[in-house]
Amino acid sequence: MLTIRIIPCLDVRHGRVVKGVRFAGLRDEGNPAELAAAYELQGADELALLDVAATPEGRGTQLETVRAVREQLSIPLTVGGGVRVIDDAGALLEAGADKVSVNSAAVRRPDLIDEMATRFGSQCTVIAVDAARTPAGDYEVVTDSGRVRTGIDAVEWSREAASRGAGELLLTSWDRDGTRQGYELELLTRVSCSVPVPVIASGGADSPEHLIEAVQAGADAVLAASIFHRGDYEVGGIKQVMAASGVEVRP
Amino acid sequence: MGEVLVVDTGVANIASMLAALRRAGSEPRLTTRPREVADADALVLPGVGAYRAGMEALRRSELIAPLRDRLAEGRPTLAVCLGLQFLCEGSEEADGVEGLGIVEGYAERFDASVRVPQLGWNHLRPAAGSRLLADGYAYFANSYRLRTAPEGWGVAQADYSGPFIAAMERGDVLACQFHPELSGRFGRELIARWLKRPAQGGASC
Repeated sequence: MLTIRIIPCLDVRHGRVVKGVRFAGLRDEGNPAELAAAYELQGADELALLDVAATPEGRGTQLETVRAVREQLSIPLTVGGGVRVIDDAGALLEAGADKVSVNSAAVRRPDLIDEMATRFGSQCTVIAVDAARTPAGDYEVVTDSGRVRTGIDAVEWSREAASRGAGELLLTSWDRDGTRQGYELELLTRVSCSVPVPVIASGGADSPEHLIEAVQAGADAVLAASIFHRGDYEVGGIKQVMAASGVEVRP
Repeated sequence: MGEVLVVDTGVANIASMLAALRRAGSEPRLTTRPREVADADALVLPGVGAYRAGMEALRRSELIAPLRDRLAEGRPTLAVCLGLQFLCEGSEEADGVEGLGIVEGYAERFDASVRVPQLGWNHLRPAAGSRLLADGYAYFANSYRLRTAPEGWGVAQADYSGPFIAAMERGDVLACQFHPELSGRFGRELIARWLKRPAQGGASC
């Protein structure tokens, strides 16, 4: 059977990792390629690279970063941030991404999902769904780094993205992101029950227990940033805790 | 083996494969020339993308015959993901599109009892006596798979809604449904065995 994937996420800005990463024995703590290699060594199953400030002007730097990480990394690499048109995705894949994640541009023009799936395949097409809780207790899609509340139902949108050809959903709880309170489990369950494709849980992880909860709520993979960057946990140690509670992980 | 030629089907994103071959100490180079595909000491047939577009690209570049010859003769060839499925008679993904027909059988879509595509690390169980294939975890990204072991090939199976062919070998031909170039140390060692080179040091030794 497939094992549950642990995915450290590097937030990159202008070619440097932001969100403070602490690793012993690294000369340059902000170097994405060195950090990527370190996470692979720890047992990461995949790596995500999100360019938090990707703009058309910054595109060249982003591609350079992807190339540098690719040379080092022999596990899958998902890259997101600033993808607006299909050629942005093509350039990232050519530079060495294995999957490209799209959020706002797909909400604005859903046909982009169909185009990516046709041209690159569903297995390369990841739709990032950022969701915020509504007063009514549902979830709505937010875009543009949370600045725009769309009013679109997150579960409905997830279903549509999958039916248009998304091969995977990266589901982030906007309410939990950065709070260290654990993943938004109800959101996870609602979405993972509604789509036939794998779902990556994101937003709020602070302990191995949070990751286990996410798996129990239906996640196929768990993404986290600060829990790893702070150096409190290594991927391998987290996997041991998860395995002990019955979650299948890659040894 | 120094130089490794990589078939450029135009539909596959192959940066990961090229990087993995460089890490293995070889010099990868892209080609679409029939003569080079026929004569290469080592050839990689990568596969990300769609079945129909991929087979059409091979046909347009007149690579069908040279590929069939070298695969039939068991010369050093590494087929990956869709590349394995190209070796079959065809795929459910592309009705009426003829594969290379080196092995009997068709690639079929996973059933709806599991999440499709299969994205992640699955456990490979090679048959006794495998030469290149080893027991371990490899990274898969596929919606279709071959279910029955072709005659004359050594296979490794994995399980996803039932057993499927995770990889197969015959002579110096190695076909992997998973991505060795994305399978960490397991993949690095497999590529090194196929290249007949000692595994190079890397990030996760």
